Amino acid sequence: MNRRDFIRYLGAAGSGAILVPIGLSGCAVAPVGDKSISRATPAKLAYGSPAPRGHANGDGAPRMVVVFLRGAVDGMNVVVPHGDPEYYRARPSIAVAAPGQANGAIDLTGYFGLHPALRPLMPYWEGGQLAFVHASGSPDGSRSHFEAQDYMETGTPGQHNTRDGWLNRVMDYLPPAQSPLQALNVGDATPRILAGHNVVANLQTGRAATRPGLIDQPRMMQAYAPLYEGDDAVAKAYRDGIAARRELMSEINSQEQQMANNGAPLPNGLSLDTARLGRLMRHDPRIRLAFLAVGGWDTHINQGNGTGQLAGRLAPLAEGLATLARELGPAFNDTVIVVMSEFGRTFRENGNGGTDHGHGNAMWLMGGNLRGGKIYGQWPGLNQAALNEGRDLAITTDFRAVLCALSERHMRITDGALEKIFPQYAAGTKGIPNLFI
Amino acid sequence: MRPLRQLIHPILGSVRARRALLLVLLAGSLDLARAATPGAATAAPLSEQERALHVLNRLAYGPRPGDLEQVERMGVKRYIEQQLHPERIPLPADLQARLAALPGLQMTPAQLFVDYGPPSIDKEADKEVKQAARQRAPRELTPQFHTARLLQATESPRQLEEVMTEFWANHFNIFEGKEWVRYWVGDYEKNAIRPYALGHFRDLLGAVAHHPAMLYYLDNWLSSGAGTPGARGRFKGLNENYARELMELHTLGVDGGYQQTDVITLARILSGWTIDVNAMKAGAAPFAFAVQRHDNAPKVFLGRPLAASGYQEGEAALDILANHPSTARFISTQLVQYFVSDQPDPALVQRLTQKFLATQGDLRAVLQTLFDSPQFWARSNYQTQFKTPYQFVVSALRASDIPVRNAKPVNGALGQFGMPLYGWLTPEGYKYSEAAWLNPDALLRRINFAGNLVNGKSPIARAEGEPAPSNADARPVDPRRLLDTLGPAISAQAAAKITAAPENVQAGLILGSPDFMKR
Repeated sequence: MNRRDFIRYLGAAGSGAILVPIGLSGCAVAPVGDKSISRATPAKLAYGSPAPRGHANGDGAPRMVVVFLRGAVDGMNVVVPHGDPEYYRARPSIAVAAPGQANGAIDLTGYFGLHPALRPLMPYWEGGQLAFVHASGSPDGSRSHFEAQDYMETGTPGQHNTRDGWLNRVMDYLPPAQSPLQALNVGDATPRILAGHNVVANLQTGRAATRPGLIDQPRMMQAYAPLYEGDDAVAKAYRDGIAARRELMSEINSQEQQMANNGAPLPNGLSLDTARLGRLMRHDPRIRLAFLAVGGWDTHINQGNGTGQLAGRLAPLAEGLATLARELGPAFNDTVIVVMSEFGRTFRENGNGGTDHGHGNAMWLMGGNLRGGKIYGQWPGLNQAALNEGRDLAITTDFRAVLCALSERHMRITDGALEKIFPQYAAGTKGIPNLFI
Repeated sequence: MRPLRQLIHPILGSVRARRALLLVLLAGSLDLARAATPGAATAAPLSEQERALHVLNRLAYGPRPGDLEQVERMGVKRYIEQQLHPERIPLPADLQARLAALPGLQMTPAQLFVDYGPPSIDKEADKEVKQAARQRAPRELTPQFHTARLLQATESPRQLEEVMTEFWANHFNIFEGKEWVRYWVGDYEKNAIRPYALGHFRDLLGAVAHHPAMLYYLDNWLSSGAGTPGARGRFKGLNENYARELMELHTLGVDGGYQQTDVITLARILSGWTIDVNAMKAGAAPFAFAVQRHDNAPKVFLGRPLAASGYQEGEAALDILANHPSTARFISTQLVQYFVSDQPDPALVQRLTQKFLATQGDLRAVLQTLFDSPQFWARSNYQTQFKTPYQFVVSALRASDIPVRNAKPVNGALGQFGMPLYGWLTPEGYKYSEAAWLNPDALLRRINFAGNLVNGKSPIARAEGEPAPSNADARPVDPRRLLDTLGPAISAQAAAKITAAPENVQAGLILGSPDFMKR
């Protein structure tokens, strides 16, 4: 079957992606395509749900932050199926130990556990503000990083001629922008996910973000202004850019000045960026979308288990995400953070104590009003027959189903618009439980 | 304002005198100048100087110092004729020497593979050693390939050849980040693209189809006919990737009238077109036709029966594709978009299509028709195209006469603007349109680049590791010389505003001005 037919096939057979909370144990396994599980009430399957709580108000402006883990994070060691002996058989040296053992997983549902390096996120799990969608991903079978990332960013798996990114298309359906900062990319060049005709501002990473460029100098702005006072598209782009730059620089500088005055040290690495992003979004409700990429997940060699290389990458990520949630303050109640990666990794460890390019993965969701403390999705199981091509976690939830749900129920984008944002994806949010309170 | 500019330019050579007159004009007779132009501005034919600028902007990457005068002197018609025959233009000795000094560009694809590819990596070595071995290609080869491209784009007098090399390298896009492609980027450009850039389309198509960079990039080297004796291991099945893109992107275009069955048939036709790793290890050329992996059944391609003839089937399919009316139309449309306007004029596309078909894809003849067309010379298509990042950077280097002695900061800037060399992941390549490149953030980055380029300390102008000159030794770009170089590219209005700014920011303002963003 070629790639395009495969997608067509999925579109037909898998219409109405089933997204139900899972996690009782290995016995919650239902074969893909068995619709019976969708008739079960989600509440019954829910496990580890926190006490019911009411909706917490923020300022009412919905925000979404997408964090992309480039290089394919090993989802099986992020949300660990410690209840399945197959997992330990397949990964003799790199499995995360069962809860209670040294460097063991932190139990989440009795069957699934969290990598111990992600402990900084546990308060959000316990508070019902963190959830995962396991066995999710892109239906395209590509194991090429670049191709798979491209498909996830354009939102059109298998179709490489899509020019713009789905996050830029989301901007078409937000309330008209009153600010050039409606979408913020943390990084150097605008990534594919934000490419498109809507204006995107870039916030550089690390200390460089506050270092003024030539054009930030008042004398340069003064010299350039007369050249760009026309009505044409180039002049308009210049003025949009300058407006965005001014707002960004003044907000960053005033906040970091303030922090310095309070004697608070600036955090390092990823947390420096997420702290800055969180504060910007908290103070400026016009910033609706943000994107951030984190690399270093391509663990072919010596990835480690509860400790080691992967753990060393997950720890600062967890710190960074917790920092983001904390710095968002009350705006965390208006925010959903989604963490995704281009594909998962092989179920079995390879000869070098690592894992190779696989298929299914877990998406992470965080937010103040998320119906969290749950693992969503349909667990395909880990026995040989259940694995994708006999080697990878299968995919039972299309990543677009999750993004549609977030776009519709959180960002308040209407049904018809979803078809424009994910043009080849007809299923929309069908079959997906309400992810929000 | 353009007629005003035309008035001023032929009369006044020096910027100072021009500025003096400008001030007078701006103070007194601005209204008069405006009143004289209504409507006429769009209809007025281009002046000789504007025509010279136009060909330098479109057939070349903008003027270098003295170019405008030179083209005006020799006449635009002769310049075009000369550019269409690059073999008649000698390459400067210095440029030849610099290209010859790039060892990676003198090696054959087989040598590159053996010296930098998997055979060069000791399988038994520690992982650090292996990692270091893998890093050699990106560290040693890639900068050489980028240098070769940038040296020729900025310094070669065969500018149209360079423009078409960029155009075709993008049309037949490869991505240097895909493992083995990295070894062969330089050879691909030097031996598969540049020699055919102004030749016959069929030759170009064939050179690309046989090159290991394309065979690897679009996976055809792995493809085997189903059930053939050689279909084993990683060569176990039919791979449609190249066959699809060959029709969708290289020849017919997505609406060019082919079906999914044609994609499969073309993949079967090309099954066995592969890279022979063992031959390369023995120093032989990488292309091979693996007969034991070729699907030998008779086929019907694009409605035509094709007798089973092994390797010749592929050549026959390339013949059909290269001379197909859809291909002629698709290539013509892209040429008009590149050279004339983002919105291609259907009448011009039609003329080029006919020329393409009548000449069996003689690209020189097609381009001659394009450069002779009234659409090419229309004022409505003059100084109207928003430069791509590559056009912007190369034209800035040329106008300011800054030599590329280190390609890394150039490619770094191109990366920031979203257009790194051989850095587009997927086979459709970069787009040539304002919609693709004009956005606020990228524009500010261009302005920052312009300011840093002209300060006399640009890392582009010195070899890697060479220290920056001191303030006393730094020689910033002279704004007066820059304005003279660019002539009518910078409008009189913009020039007046620029020269009113402090002298030390003027050169940056020129290259960062909206006028310089256009071509």
